[in-house]
Amino acid sequence: MRALVIDDSRTMRRIIVGVLRSLGFDTLEAGDGREALDVLESGIPVDLACIDWNMPVMNGLEFVLAVRENRAWRGLTLMMVTTESEHNQIVRALAAGAHEYVIKPFTPDAIRDKLQLLGLVELEESA
Amino acid sequence: MTLAPDSFSFVADLVRRRSAIQLEAGKEYLVESRLLPLARAAGTVDIDAYIRTMRASAAPAVLEAVVEALTTNETSWFRDAQPFATLTEHVVPELLAGRLGGGPLRIWSAACSTGQEPYSIAMTLADLVPGGRLKIHATDLNQQVLARARAGRYSQLEVNRGLPVTMLVKHFARIGVDWEVAAPLRAAVTFAQHNLLDVPPMGGPFDVVFLRNVLIYFDLATKRDVLRRVQRVVRPGGYLLLGAAETTIGIDDDWERVTVGRGSVYRLNVRRAA
Repeated sequence: MRALVIDDSRTMRRIIVGVLRSLGFDTLEAGDGREALDVLESGIPVDLACIDWNMPVMNGLEFVLAVRENRAWRGLTLMMVTTESEHNQIVRALAAGAHEYVIKPFTPDAIRDKLQLLGLVELEESA
Repeated sequence: MTLAPDSFSFVADLVRRRSAIQLEAGKEYLVESRLLPLARAAGTVDIDAYIRTMRASAAPAVLEAVVEALTTNETSWFRDAQPFATLTEHVVPELLAGRLGGGPLRIWSAACSTGQEPYSIAMTLADLVPGGRLKIHATDLNQQVLARARAGRYSQLEVNRGLPVTMLVKHFARIGVDWEVAAPLRAAVTFAQHNLLDVPPMGGPFDVVFLRNVLIYFDLATKRDVLRRVQRVVRPGGYLLLGAAETTIGIDDDWERVTVGRGSVYRLNVRRAA
């Protein structure tokens, strides 16, 4: 599994990349939506995108809409990871085509839980 | 049950030194609910007594277990996922088919802690069971966790844990920095204090009982005792859902294991009907 982490904060990318690697993902990084589209357009297969909302050049919502317009990327799972936490903002992201949503701040367990829901991480039953 | 201030400060200090996690005043409920299973395993439900013994002995393994209990395994929504799939795919369709036009579906969520389990059940069944026909009775020994469960208000960190975003936007409202369970869901759930070793709770007979990750902390005799008490309030043919590491096999033969997909449920033998 390969994940693309899209966030304009290098620190935040490092945190998310760390969590994803611990879950067995290969990772790529992009600093905004445009860079992320460049990665996808290069043809590297990506299974999951973790997407910040507020970024320069192209924001996360615009990225989600752009991905949804390209049939070739239909298999890509889109998960927002953002401080945007208003009810209507979350609904907007879902309507645009995001599959899941993690609100910052988050714990590593929150990322794992969501990826289990999405079927990207094996469910490990707790005792 | 109220935690003594010096018990709380001892635990808060221990956890801060070992994990850097701060337990501020007001988190007494968290200490009580997380340490209750450990206290039970040590033969008491008195958390203060448990903490006094722990302080006196200072056994490294015990201190480590306490820190772990307080720093990991937060209560999450739809915990383990499988029981909820089993509920919608097998248990509830069968129960509803067998009771056309009948009364409400009654579910007991035992040891419900801060309420994520009963509300997860309510969300799971919201589209399957007609409004007003779903009655979930949620119990816990601890009054503080019950107060939180009743309030139905969860922090951002709590709603991040295992709750699908579609469920969040459908069943919760944003209140300040928290999220609150919406009224229709709350209407399906009642909360009450209950000790599993006392007489079974009111609100039955139940069609389904969630008793997950509780039996693992009891010895064999106590497990048997709890299961006997539970079966007194379950309809014949009703179902029991246990944690992944738990079973009735070898403890109480009145329950029959039914394998559904990757999981198991336990069905109370109709023969027993008395």
